Amino acid sequence: MSSETKQILTTDGIPLEVSLKKAERKNKIKAFLLVAPLLFFLIITYVFPIGDMLFRSVDDKMVTQMLPKTFKAMENWDGQELPEEEVFAAFHEDFIKLVEDKREGKLSTQLNYTKNGFKSIIKKLRRKSKTFEEGNYKEQIMSVHKRWADVEYWRAIKRRAPEFTSQKYLKGMDMYVNEEGKIVSVEEDRRIHRVLWLRTLEIAFFVTVFCFLMAYPIAHLLATLPMKYSNLLMICVLLPFWTSLLVRTASWMILLQQQGIVNDFFVGIGLVADDNRPEMMYNKTGSYVAMTQILLPFMVLPLYSVMKTISPSLMRAGKSLGGTPFVAFWKVYFPLTIPGIGAGCLLVFILAIGYYITPALVGGASGTLISNQIAFHMKSTLDWSFASAMGLMLLSGVLVIYWLYNKIVGIDNIKLG
Amino acid sequence: MALPKYTEPHYRIWHYIYLTICGAVFFFLIAPLFVIFPLSFNAEEFLSFSEGMKSLDPDAFSLRWYKDMIYGTKNPWGLAAKNSFIIAIFATIGSVILGTVAALGLSSRHMPYKGLIMAVLISPMIVPLIISGVAIFFFMAKAGLAATHTGIVLAHIILGTPFVVITVTATLSGFDHSVTRAAASLGSDPVNTFMKITLPLILPGVISGGLFAFVTSFDEVVVVLFLAGLENTTIPIQMWTGLREQLSPTILAVATCLIILSTLILVTAELLRRRSERLRGINQ
Repeated sequence: MSSETKQILTTDGIPLEVSLKKAERKNKIKAFLLVAPLLFFLIITYVFPIGDMLFRSVDDKMVTQMLPKTFKAMENWDGQELPEEEVFAAFHEDFIKLVEDKREGKLSTQLNYTKNGFKSIIKKLRRKSKTFEEGNYKEQIMSVHKRWADVEYWRAIKRRAPEFTSQKYLKGMDMYVNEEGKIVSVEEDRRIHRVLWLRTLEIAFFVTVFCFLMAYPIAHLLATLPMKYSNLLMICVLLPFWTSLLVRTASWMILLQQQGIVNDFFVGIGLVADDNRPEMMYNKTGSYVAMTQILLPFMVLPLYSVMKTISPSLMRAGKSLGGTPFVAFWKVYFPLTIPGIGAGCLLVFILAIGYYITPALVGGASGTLISNQIAFHMKSTLDWSFASAMGLMLLSGVLVIYWLYNKIVGIDNIKLG
Repeated sequence: MALPKYTEPHYRIWHYIYLTICGAVFFFLIAPLFVIFPLSFNAEEFLSFSEGMKSLDPDAFSLRWYKDMIYGTKNPWGLAAKNSFIIAIFATIGSVILGTVAALGLSSRHMPYKGLIMAVLISPMIVPLIISGVAIFFFMAKAGLAATHTGIVLAHIILGTPFVVITVTATLSGFDHSVTRAAASLGSDPVNTFMKITLPLILPGVISGGLFAFVTSFDEVVVVLFLAGLENTTIPIQMWTGLREQLSPTILAVATCLIILSTLILVTAELLRRRSERLRGINQ
């Protein structure tokens, strides 16, 4: 019995347990050192910048820094009636400084986000402020324009005092903080972002469904045909998969244009009149057709790899036990393909929800997605914090799906080609 | 897939319907690519088949758009092709080195926090490109690398490594580790073992991961649109601009070249996949 408690020693006289642990730790460090270069590279160039997006999306220091004295003077103002002379004087001082630095334009853009109507009155104030006399700034500023005497506008300025804000996220959902500090939706006809979110979900959902309906039969055919035929047919799936996205989009632009081949064909079989060719591009139809074809291989490949492992004798067994081919298929074959269906659907949905290039080229105005809006704000309006906020909203949705994917399929089980 | 003789008539009908559906789907997948070939030889400036082309009149076909692609005045394609190849080659080398080394660590059974680290390494493939584009642009702008080749190469390494990590990890999953132990017992140091034993065995996986990384970089447009200046234009950017502004048949000539390139890559990738399966004894 004492041998159990007696320590086993290695030849160096160190207890075996300690020695093993040491070796284990050494192996762990070795393995980690191999992963480290890529991991740190990605953390610096990719993970941190995504964190930077989070910071940008809530950062609102710009106005805070442009009007430091004003906000200090406003601390004691309750916002009920027009502020005291002290606030006006501080505002005047900040404003003169901004005019000297030629930054008052930026201030007006920023304040205009909060409340419409600041642009013109700031321009007017700049012109008039040159003739201002010292003292009694309240009277002088109020006389520039009647909006400067409106307490609403001063409240709007005060709302920009905090350094952080959630307004970009609210704007992404077509909401804003109103004068009473409550979160409300914008008017019905201005809810552009909600329409885009819903359309993105709708298109991603239906593209996934179409891909599934088309991929299932051909994946089954590929998995059951003899090797030499299936290899040949596999090229039909793999060639589009390896071909440039822009090339495939270009071919759809040629096919779907009004004088294009698809329309020619419809006219040829008498489906539509020659002078009444339907618009199939620059609208939702274009996005649907092109995205389905482009994403189809991503559905076929996981389905195929699952179906390949299902033994044909299972179907025969089902039939020999008295099931019709349909019962045998539904009760035996279909349940076995569910892992492949899950993998394919999630993959296609994730890819479709963030699609940018194809909708931008063939989607027109009614077929664009949330990604196009993000790109628009990055490139055209340069409202990077709003682009970041919408990007992160999209990202959080994708991460939920990614997490589900990991639960159902496992990230290590992703197969390519 | 011939039906047995005893098949009842209505199942026979179902079978033919099924085959017709499959045929239609295959047609839908592959036919759009073949529209580009004949139209790129169009003698006229239209993107639809002219009467002459329909009646196979030889005068209706010409190589003028290919000539325009190569010799055209103020032609962007030469510079774009040069940039695309330079960027893709460097991005592939970077992705393959970083990805293979990381895959070696990941497939060690001693690797701590495997799931979490794998999730981070694969994330550039899952996160929508537009978000990656915005994030990478912020980084490159801060690092002063926007509108430089270096910046674009780094961005493409980020996007390309997940493919290398996945394919090499998959190849390593069937790898017999006793051969490296055998090498070590015969006095080989780890680097020598890797170069002489491990690398030759996992080479098919490394190369097919490299092909994915190459295609990803060569075809990438979303991130490049944020990063590239006029000097760094690539083939996808030129195609994007061309498709947005006016669809000229020159684009179709370029597209035809790209389809030929992707066919070559597809054939290489397939041959490698079969070789790797044969080596691992999976096939038949």
